[in-house]
Amino acid sequence: MAIPISVADDQDLETVSPVTNASTDPTAENGRVTIAAESLDAYFGATRVVRDISFGVHSGQVTAIIGPSGCGKSTLLRCLNRMHETVPTARVEGEVRLEGKDIYGPSVSATGVRRHIGMVFQRPTPFPTMSIRDNVAAGLKTLPRADRPSRDDTNDLIERALKRTALWDEVKDRLNASAIALSGGQQQRLCIARALATSPKVLLLDEPTASLDPLSTQRVEELVYELRAEVTIIIVTHNMQQAARISDRTVFMLAGEMIEYLPTNAMFTAPKDPRTEAYITGRFG
Amino acid sequence: MTDGVAAPIPPATRAEAPEIRIEASAIGDRLYRWITTGFALIIPALLLLIAVEVFVAGWPALSKFGVSFLTSSEWDAVNGKFGAAPAIFGTLVSSAIALIIATPLAVGVAIFLSEFAPRWIRQPLAFLVDLLAAIPSVVYGLWGLLVLLPMLRQHFMPFVKDTLHLGNFALFSGPAYGPSMIAAGLILAIMVLPYISAVTREVLLAVPRSQREAALALGATRWEMIRDAVVPYAKSGIIGGIILGLGRALGETMAVTMVIGNRHEISSSLFQPGYTMASLIANEFSEATNDLHLSALMGIGAVLFVVTIIVNTIARWLVWQTGRNKAP
Amino acid sequence: MTAPTIARAPRRPASHRSYRDMLATSTARTLSRRRVVSHIMIGLTCIAAVVATLPLLFILTHLAKQGAASVNWNFFTKMPVPTGELGGGMANAIVGTGIILVIASLIGLPVGMGAGLYLAEQRGTKLANIVRFLSDVLNGLPSIVLGIFGWQLLVRPFKHFSALAGGVALAAMMIPLVTRATEEMIRLVPVSMREAALALGYSRWRTSLSVVLRTALPGIVTGALMAIARIAGETAPLIFTAFGNSFWSVSPTQPIAALPMQIYTYALTPYDDWHAQAWAGALVLLGLVFVISVAARFATRSRFGLGGD
Repeated sequence: MAIPISVADDQDLETVSPVTNASTDPTAENGRVTIAAESLDAYFGATRVVRDISFGVHSGQVTAIIGPSGCGKSTLLRCLNRMHETVPTARVEGEVRLEGKDIYGPSVSATGVRRHIGMVFQRPTPFPTMSIRDNVAAGLKTLPRADRPSRDDTNDLIERALKRTALWDEVKDRLNASAIALSGGQQQRLCIARALATSPKVLLLDEPTASLDPLSTQRVEELVYELRAEVTIIIVTHNMQQAARISDRTVFMLAGEMIEYLPTNAMFTAPKDPRTEAYITGRFG
Repeated sequence: MTDGVAAPIPPATRAEAPEIRIEASAIGDRLYRWITTGFALIIPALLLLIAVEVFVAGWPALSKFGVSFLTSSEWDAVNGKFGAAPAIFGTLVSSAIALIIATPLAVGVAIFLSEFAPRWIRQPLAFLVDLLAAIPSVVYGLWGLLVLLPMLRQHFMPFVKDTLHLGNFALFSGPAYGPSMIAAGLILAIMVLPYISAVTREVLLAVPRSQREAALALGATRWEMIRDAVVPYAKSGIIGGIILGLGRALGETMAVTMVIGNRHEISSSLFQPGYTMASLIANEFSEATNDLHLSALMGIGAVLFVVTIIVNTIARWLVWQTGRNKAP
Repeated sequence: MTAPTIARAPRRPASHRSYRDMLATSTARTLSRRRVVSHIMIGLTCIAAVVATLPLLFILTHLAKQGAASVNWNFFTKMPVPTGELGGGMANAIVGTGIILVIASLIGLPVGMGAGLYLAEQRGTKLANIVRFLSDVLNGLPSIVLGIFGWQLLVRPFKHFSALAGGVALAAMMIPLVTRATEEMIRLVPVSMREAALALGYSRWRTSLSVVLRTALPGIVTGALMAIARIAGETAPLIFTAFGNSFWSVSPTQPIAALPMQIYTYALTPYDDWHAQAWAGALVLLGLVFVISVAARFATRSRFGLGGD
């Protein structure tokens, strides 16, 4: 698959509407590539858990990564926002380009990268000592002073983020209450709102509904589907049906390698590789 | 479903490439590392400083008397002769008494708490035993001085000497006014009991169920199970707890100095007053007349310093050993 | 070729074989005898439990009885008076204890928390293990040795006793306690919390302080208060450093009275009314320790109430 040339360095991204070039088929490859991996290897110590993976994720799409347990999909995800290296003895080789710039470049700070990429984890992790409002605004505190929004703007952002994640009506009367008083599903949506508040370019979801009940899962899936217009989303999931429901393109991984990367429809109806087919038809899990 | 779909959030930040020049956070991280490392290094530095200060303070006496500092019984402040043997003797004896009394009780309580006690009694009883450790030493001393000593003088000692006719035994000989080695041993026993009990309880709980069940399945009674399966497994930890108690007893000052009589004397009688290293330092400090006297006191402090470190290290090593045996 | 290591035989109860023999040949009599022995031993441990708690109850009731008689308003507000006079108190000692504890905390808390953070975050490294071991060593030192240390370092060179020296000696006692409490509380914060903060773009120091430390804070406060309760009752270090003061003094560079020392001094006198004051002081001291311990447990309650769901 061809990785389209990324936006020129000096082009102001605000003037490029994310879905201008996209055809009505969200799986078309003529959208902008927001984030791409090139020859990515990830290690824990001497063990290579992600093997030479290259792919590009287009804007305005939801890309799912599926594969059996231990295939390295979470590790791959964590390489995309430089979270993998936070583990001692972990190492990454290769490149990951966020809108053309290699995030592993020599003078690039990991903290800066992570401000542009949001992540939501398997278990909801609201900050227990902060209120709901402070949780959502938590990401804004790390912005450089010049970019930090004013108090009113912050309130606006909080409200927008909570509305976007369908939490606003449920919590608007108790924004100062503790975040851990919320239910699991609400907490997870709070975490998504927290990630969205800083307007990231990419949103990484690592099995976000794994610990949620079916109703909350459904809500989160709907949310993910709606958000794809404004954020590029990559979701790791062990639930194939979920991938089929909400993603536009799917990556299948096995033992650290990327076996196939196809539009979701194609992946689940006519995969090319026999291993993909074996996994999808449930012959191994 | 969503309550009115809100407009997509416009970028609040200036869109910028993820390349940020050396940013404050890198400096912040380094500063944080340095500061926490610095604070952590204060601990070894402090320990070293304590060792240095204590030995510097005691050096004049230690160097002047050498080994005789530890072996001589002559303590004459006026003539400048200092031998700490009675204090060392007293420390060992009072600690030994404390351990002899406290160990069976502490281990018994611990076994009771971990094996036999009904659920409703566990929490309160454990709380009470641990409370013993929370009482300040001077309060023990006060009680010992004003309650225990009179009790010993008026009831216990006459009972042993006269009623039991044991007064002629070396162990109970001499005029008994109250302040005595046995008083110190008793108070120390009470103070040391919660520590031995807490450690023993911990190591007993760490014995895996499989050990207990194996013994019971073979037909052992509950007591036999404890004696043969649980205690041997936890043995080194229990010994570690006892030695930990010893460490505390060696260094205990206030309660001892208020009940032991503070006399430079080596006596075979439990009913006679004596001295311990810690109580000697505390007692004579305010009256120390000359520099050599002071230095002699500090020298004893240095000896105490070394002894307690050795004892505590052995204790911790033993307790740690039990933890290692846990994994099958 | 290296010799094969000899596998350790698994531990067995000492009389395994004898159980089998006993079962094989047991008569009703031997079995019931063993049962009786078992019951006796259980009874003995029960007795041990009772005997172990007796001194506590004995001391506490005596303390309450004797102390309550002399604890009154004067006790907290008046200065010590010569024996024979009425209406004396330990106001200076109570305040002195407070001041010394503040000085000790100002030193001991930051150092302990910083060291605890270091030990929790650098866990497993050689330096961390050494520091942890030495912290335990420091913890086990007799308090009188710390008194000598304080005297040699801060009293002798300046030729006078001071509250500051007392605070430093007590801080040395406090540091290992706060360090351990901090380390354990920080370790309890799940890694996912750290990761959530890092993923938001938090730098490491901000993650450690704003998120992890903040989450662990109630537990750390508990540990700190327990440490303060522990050192509030210490006398021996103060004898060499703060020394005591029969006058009112709040200056950190002058000798200062403290409750434990006052109790000690009064107890050693032959006067009954001062003995009564000593009991009162002991009761108040114990009350202080108790109040701080209760406050410590109170601190671990969540700041937010339980929300609805």
